[in-house]
Amino acid sequence: MGKTIAEKIFDSHLVDNPFGDIHVIRLDAVFCHEITTPVAINDLAERGLDKVFDPEKIKAVIDHVTPAKDSKTAMQGKILRDWADRNSIRDFFDIGKNGVCHAIFPEKGFVRPGYSLIMGDSHTCTHGAFGAFAAGVGTTDLEVGILKGVCAFHYPESIKIEIKGKLPEGVYAKDVILTIIGRLGVNGATNKVIEFCGEVVDSMSMEARMTLCNMAIEAGGTCGICAPDMTTVDYLWNFISDEFGSKEEALEKYSEFTADEDATYTDTLIIDANELVPVTTFGFKPDQVKPISEMTGEKVDQVYIGSCTNGRIEDLRVAAQILKGRKIKEGLRGIVSPASPAIYSNALDEGIIKIFMEAGFCVTNPTCGACLGMSNGVLAEGEICASTTNRNFNGRMGKGGTVHLMSPASAAATALNGLITNSELYRKGDK
Amino acid sequence: MKTFNGKILFLDRADINTDEIIPARYLTEITKEALQPHLLDDLVLDGFTPPLDVEINSVIVTRANFGCGSSREHAPWALEVNNMNIVIAESFARIFKQNMFNCGMMAVELDAADIDRLFNKFSGKETTLTTDMEKKEFLFSCEGEDERLTFAISEFDQALVKAGGWVGYANDNY
Ligand code: SF4
Repeated sequence: MGKTIAEKIFDSHLVDNPFGDIHVIRLDAVFCHEITTPVAINDLAERGLDKVFDPEKIKAVIDHVTPAKDSKTAMQGKILRDWADRNSIRDFFDIGKNGVCHAIFPEKGFVRPGYSLIMGDSHTCTHGAFGAFAAGVGTTDLEVGILKGVCAFHYPESIKIEIKGKLPEGVYAKDVILTIIGRLGVNGATNKVIEFCGEVVDSMSMEARMTLCNMAIEAGGTCGICAPDMTTVDYLWNFISDEFGSKEEALEKYSEFTADEDATYTDTLIIDANELVPVTTFGFKPDQVKPISEMTGEKVDQVYIGSCTNGRIEDLRVAAQILKGRKIKEGLRGIVSPASPAIYSNALDEGIIKIFMEAGFCVTNPTCGACLGMSNGVLAEGEICASTTNRNFNGRMGKGGTVHLMSPASAAATALNGLITNSELYRKGDK
Repeated sequence: MKTFNGKILFLDRADINTDEIIPARYLTEITKEALQPHLLDDLVLDGFTPPLDVEINSVIVTRANFGCGSSREHAPWALEVNNMNIVIAESFARIFKQNMFNCGMMAVELDAADIDRLFNKFSGKETTLTTDMEKKEFLFSCEGEDERLTFAISEFDQALVKAGGWVGYANDNY
């Protein structure tokens, strides 16, 4: 019988099958950040187990609140920093080199097709864009991952989502995934892996695929996955050229981790891209999705462009195109947070940072910051933010604040107009 | 092994997320105990305010998809340090459920119809849960009215509850 991508990864990583469909699998990488790791580090120390299974396979970053904003966040950073140092974790990204985990780790080539990896962060599903099984876990799973290099999961069932056709102008990966979440519901993919395929996915960049996979968790999914192809190989080539004679050779090897024709899925959803429109969320759940056209005119106080969903160079380019030569609405606060130092530096070279600044945006250092309401743009009670992040939960960006999720293009248009706005208005150049 | 008995807090809403169970602004804490006063700080329920008295309750009964959103294990910890070791719901988000058992706590699913009946019969009244791990049976009681329901728990989850969590189990076995 044929297998899905996730099944192939599980079968090649099996360590133990202790009960029923529980598979304990070997991990190729364990990612860590300063919010969920310190308690694991302290617990390991208390148990007299202050060690790591393989320092080369552990990657760590301080990203959620950086630079530290108070004594508590300073201590979280310190615990992670000291631990990385005493356990010889070479790939540790501290201030000056740090960025949002799900942006910086792929950028450094730490994810490969066929990998299995975990992180104490729900958006770890992002890394499935590379044809990997990547799951967000809690601190205890992380702790065991750090210590033993294994994690237990139910054998994965997958949902197949085929996106056919071609995306209309002004419609981006963010609109695609929000539309999908709207259809699946916030628990429509619970305990399942979402395998994305079809012409639209094939023609997407790695950045766009990461946006797609990033929000699999918003439908409850364990991981989002895209099959590895030449786009994946091209993205990774700098890191893998030593291992392979040619890109074709790499592709052949990685093709092992594509789904079989006769693989079994619990559900298949076919989306016609031609019918998609720019969308945004209303309410406090990410499946409450509407066309932007139905929300047009709602006033916002702040626009935030950044995060592991949409803080990559492609996202900044799209927003900058709309902002170029224009100014954001008087009284509106615009914040852009390039998701990694490399993205920041590229954006500088390309003149994008200047465009944002001239438009009136505040440019922050790479960090999660306002995305989870911890720093750099927390909302006040009653305020509304149009945001390129992934969660519109009540209070997510600040107690009593409301978040409308949208693409960078829609967010940029909204910043110019001060009201929720379709980017079409500015792409036509009539304003 | 922890105990899974006590007074019940009924939370009548689906999709209660971990930001509502413990908001991100408290994630800067590095001890579980520090989370104790902040459990359910940002919870907004549709149209009613239950007595969110977590001090006298040690069991939560709620609707579908409890614990969705962020992977933060701070959510189970915030429950744990408030002596709440068990949540009974129609369904859970995967990471939350795993985190509960990883801490030696329980997240048990009951049919929607059973959950409905529990809400209709007991919500708003002082109801107590007694859990029999051997028989896999819940006893709900309130003013002489009893309801017994059997529950399912996987062998793996049971092993985690017995071992007091996943770290102990994994360290012994791998
Ligand atoms: S950017 Fe936001 S969603 Fe992404 S890892 Fe950081 S806090 Fe989480």
